[in-house]
Amino acid sequence: MNSLIYNIKQGFIQIFRNRGMSLASVFSILAMLFILGIFFSIMMNINLFTEVVKQDYDQVEVYLEDEVTQEQTEEIMNKIRAYEGVSDVSYRSKEEALEIMKERWGESGYLLNSLGENPLPASILIGVDSIDDAGMVSEYAGSIEGIEDVQYYRETVEKLTKVTRFLQIGALVVMGFLIVVSVVVVSNTIKLTVFARAREIRIMKYVGATNWFIRGPFMAEGIIIGIIAALVSTGLMTLLYSRVVGGIGTQVLAIVSSPLIPTGYMAWNMLIIFLALGVSIGAWGSIISMRKFLDA
Amino acid sequence: MIKFEHVTKTYRTNVGLDDVSVNIEKGDFVFLIGPSGAGKSTFIKLILKEIDADEGSIVVDGKEVTSMSNREVPELRRKVGTVFQDFRLLPKKTVFENIAFAMEVLHKSKKQIRKQVPQILSLVGITDKAHKYPDELSAGEQQRVAIARAIINNPIVLIADEPTGNLDPDTAAGIMDLLEQINMRGTTIVMVTHAKDIVDRMKKRVISIEKGKIVSDREGIYDFKGEVAELE
Repeated sequence: MNSLIYNIKQGFIQIFRNRGMSLASVFSILAMLFILGIFFSIMMNINLFTEVVKQDYDQVEVYLEDEVTQEQTEEIMNKIRAYEGVSDVSYRSKEEALEIMKERWGESGYLLNSLGENPLPASILIGVDSIDDAGMVSEYAGSIEGIEDVQYYRETVEKLTKVTRFLQIGALVVMGFLIVVSVVVVSNTIKLTVFARAREIRIMKYVGATNWFIRGPFMAEGIIIGIIAALVSTGLMTLLYSRVVGGIGTQVLAIVSSPLIPTGYMAWNMLIIFLALGVSIGAWGSIISMRKFLDA
Repeated sequence: MIKFEHVTKTYRTNVGLDDVSVNIEKGDFVFLIGPSGAGKSTFIKLILKEIDADEGSIVVDGKEVTSMSNREVPELRRKVGTVFQDFRLLPKKTVFENIAFAMEVLHKSKKQIRKQVPQILSLVGITDKAHKYPDELSAGEQQRVAIARAIINNPIVLIADEPTGNLDPDTAAGIMDLLEQINMRGTTIVMVTHAKDIVDRMKKRVISIEKGKIVSDREGIYDFKGEVAELE
């Protein structure tokens, strides 16, 4: 406990007395966390978008012939409900269908008022446990009497899943690459600081300091620098992200009918990830770069 | 205290030490003299286990150094205080912190540090410089800090590698007085030097090394030809 306090205190003193190098290290970690943050927030939003879309399309819509009666509808619904892989079944009347269409058309919705008779069919919405079951369910539903047509969005969803998966993998690759680059950059920066202090380390060894005793304050220094970089980059990213959400959030919602992840949620996630990354890069960087000097 | 038995150390191109046997007793004040490259530095590096001997046995304070593991080296160095020509102070620490660092290494308490550092500073005569950084001190003052750091943990032996090499004669004399004072308190001192006048004046045991061999080991004075003349 005492040595922990000692190391932290020495870490702060070293940072202060090597202001220039400390600042350089903070900036290099900061820069990489910031870029990482941009990719991270894009990826998080793609994930959310995919989930939203999947939920929307995770269903099979069955159109009923106009002659089908109330009882027959109940019967059909019961049949479908009993089928494997079906999670829920609900009824949508002709009027509801028209309402939904009006809503979708937005400002042009009034055009639908001129229709004499409602041309839209009543339908049954079938929720499926998984998108993979949708094919079987729709085939079965199509075979039931009184059903005009079956529609489900398997292809659309599959295409979308493919595209988003591609984007996710792309973002992951870029993030992995960034992490590697930043570890190299940061450990080089720390190596410079350590190199400038190689003499200091040798003197410490003359006095009889053990390797861990020497390493402690340097590690504390790296960790503190990592924490500072993480806090600042979280702040900057949050600021940037809130601007983006404020600026184009509503347009995004209108175009792809998926909201953006709220700033607060994003900030917390980023803080945790940045802290973990910053601390490990700082600690790891200092251990790696000191190895050479401690062997002697 | 320090015992070399048939120690040989060869570098790639030249001999460091060649079959050297010597015994330094507790409380001794020993000068180590000889031309550059004679093996004086090798002798000191072997004691500190900065390098390993090819052959022979080196015992410091009853412990065999040659078979020591790397993990035991810090403990060895705590028993051996070192002072160098270039002082080797930590540049980013104050005088007080430089000396305190040697105590922190031994996990001494803050209370002990606050008590002992001023005592040692007054012993070496630089009480008023406690909160200066090394580059704010004169060479002689820096060497006093280095000596204070070397003896703060009561080492069994103090090794001084040309401690007066960078100092003017008057300052050097002051340092020598200090070393003698420390020796009188019971600390063994091994000092490497080229300074004839200092050796002659102190009249201590003088071990002369040439080409890796001890050519003389007597109580005496420094001789011009690198030999040691006996006192009358």
